[in-house]
Amino acid sequence: MTLNTDTIWMLVIGMLAAVACAIPGSLLVMRRLSLLGDAISHAVLPGLVAGFLLSGSRSGEMMFLGAVVAGVLTAFLTETLRRSARVDEDASLGIVFTSLFAIGLILIVNFADRVDLDPSCVLYGMLETAPLRTITILDLEIPRAALWLAICLIVNAVIIILLFKELRITSFDPQLADVQGYSSRAMHYLLTTMTAVTTVAAFESVGSILVVAMLVVPAAAAHLLCDRLGPLVFLASLLAAMSAILGQWFAIDVMRLLGQPSVNIAGSTATATGFIFLIALIASPRHGLLTRLWYRLRLAVRIAREDALGELIRAEESHAPAFTRHALFARVDASSLIRSIAMRSLIARSEIQIQPAVEPSTNRSSDRVILLENGRRRAVELLRSHRLWETYLTDRAQLAADHTHDSAHRLEHVHIDPQTLASEAGHPTRDPHDKPIP
Amino acid sequence: MSSTDLHESSKPSPQDAQQTRPSKDQLTHQAHTQATSNSHSHNSHSHNSHPNTIHPTNSHASSHDPSSHDPRFPLAVHDLTVAYHRKPVLWNVDLDIAPATLTAVVGPNGAGKSTLLKAALGLLPIAGGFVRFWGTDLKSQRNRVAYVPQRESVDWDFPVTALDVVTMGLYGRIGWLMPVRKKHRDLARHALDRVGLADFASRQIRQLSGGQQQRVFLARALAQEADLYLMDEPFAAVDAATEEAIVSLLRDLRAHGKSAVVVHHDLETVPDYFDHAILLNHRLIAYGPVDRAFTHENLRTTYGGRLTLLETAAESLASSSKPSPQR
Repeated sequence: MTLNTDTIWMLVIGMLAAVACAIPGSLLVMRRLSLLGDAISHAVLPGLVAGFLLSGSRSGEMMFLGAVVAGVLTAFLTETLRRSARVDEDASLGIVFTSLFAIGLILIVNFADRVDLDPSCVLYGMLETAPLRTITILDLEIPRAALWLAICLIVNAVIIILLFKELRITSFDPQLADVQGYSSRAMHYLLTTMTAVTTVAAFESVGSILVVAMLVVPAAAAHLLCDRLGPLVFLASLLAAMSAILGQWFAIDVMRLLGQPSVNIAGSTATATGFIFLIALIASPRHGLLTRLWYRLRLAVRIAREDALGELIRAEESHAPAFTRHALFARVDASSLIRSIAMRSLIARSEIQIQPAVEPSTNRSSDRVILLENGRRRAVELLRSHRLWETYLTDRAQLAADHTHDSAHRLEHVHIDPQTLASEAGHPTRDPHDKPIP
Repeated sequence: MSSTDLHESSKPSPQDAQQTRPSKDQLTHQAHTQATSNSHSHNSHSHNSHPNTIHPTNSHASSHDPSSHDPRFPLAVHDLTVAYHRKPVLWNVDLDIAPATLTAVVGPNGAGKSTLLKAALGLLPIAGGFVRFWGTDLKSQRNRVAYVPQRESVDWDFPVTALDVVTMGLYGRIGWLMPVRKKHRDLARHALDRVGLADFASRQIRQLSGGQQQRVFLARALAQEADLYLMDEPFAAVDAATEEAIVSLLRDLRAHGKSAVVVHHDLETVPDYFDHAILLNHRLIAYGPVDRAFTHENLRTTYGGRLTLLETAAESLASSSKPSPQR
């Protein structure tokens, strides 16, 4: 990774902005208020313009203050609209931020035409030039953005550590919080103010897309990996910082390796956090797609295996000739991949045996499937379960006898204590179709 | 428009005005004899003269209701009126919950049962009347009142464990800015044990069954060691084992002198589970010991009988600009 004073500062600013956003973002996402940050980042526009008009200069403290006021106002108006009129949370958010944004546009066009508001600056920020706008404190020349964001991050971290319990209860169960004397409204406004200040502070250097991404995506990814709020906030911050590193590395170094000009760091970082989310979505041990796919596959194979055993035992019961492998395959309702895995697994568990044979007339394979002792024991259990379920469904659930086979066919795969099932079904000896229950 | 404008007959009757604060002996007597909304007299003879008859026009208490400021009554609701978006949901409700009683709140959907609990706890603005806990306001009694909200009121995907949720019952005692300590977690673990969920302490709450989730809420209220429990449908969609567990816990609470007010849907179990019943359909239809208040006639009024005039008035209050038809 290329490191010089400028790129280090860019990295520091990017990481500070990412982590500062991830902290209030975790709480917003858990409160299902993810888009509040998006709304605030738009709605600050009239505040920025008003601050500019009042102070007469750009990049002044007045603009910052105006933006924060507008951000808090967004949250306040949204909440008031939701409480007093019959408007949903998301609809009132939509009403408030579009109105404020529009007012900001009108203000710019009519009163502050000199402001060169570059749309791409708003979207992607100016991280590449942020190290150049410096401020001197204690004889140290540091980028202004780094100072602001560091303060912002420290304040956010202190708030979430000191008020963790309060934020948790008001997010999870605001009514209980109010009954216990923790004002949920006060906490809501605290969180909103945190979001507004952080959004405005990060906005200038990293742009609105990255702000919204950092508020939402690391928290959403962390939620896939964590079951408690504390670790979730910590992990979200970590993932946000990782995205900043990954984003800058990709934007500068990878692009150079590819012989391309470097791309916008903020955009690259937002992409990186999306990529991290994707990995979490696929590979999360509990909620991930891979895990779910694996469980589904295992279940499908087990059902196919059990269905095959059921066919074999029923054939034995009616003294039919042994199944050929092809005939058995045809009777099991599953995809061919699942069927062949199931068959292999049956052989591996020594529940069945394949007796090779060749049909002499056609010269095609006609392997016989032989039920072994292991398999017979399991198959009898299944048959018993199936017929008990049929009895239970007709006697207890009042289903017509000819309706029960399909339901019982599904239910026989459910692992349930055979004793319980037998006693619930009333210890029958024959099923509704007058077949013996083993 | 204030709630009193809706009723012309809100002046205290001379009989009510003569009432004095009940003596200690009278207190329990009163709690058990006070039946149906019309009887606010402490004279038990009045029950014989008006056995469970309903006088809706007379359903509000006098302004000299003695229990409102009596520190022995865990909950006293006086002339409570609550409105959502100007449409009144509860009209002039009066209640006194005595110590060591289990009270069911029954009524059709939308009758204001949950609203009654929420308004009493200050979660909803009150349009008229007042609520007292042990004769004073909730602020000074917070830790003595536990609330069990409806299970659907929270997001079960929220990243908290069962133990975290139960610990929240202790936040009132822990106080602002103070951390949750080991002794609090031990108390919470003990409460989880009481509802049979000791082994589930570290489970994320989505991984619990509906009945287990309800028991977690119950454990949270138990951890609080409150004296009054306000529960919103704790029996909704729970398995038989959970229902049994809740009932035995309620009885245990009563045996320790605590009271519970429980919004309940299953009318069949009311006489079995509860001592008192509140029959509610926007107004108080009947309140008192189950054998007096929970009668067929009162139930018919609660679930079937409609007061069309009041409904019309409520509708017109909702459309704010129009004057009330009563004026």
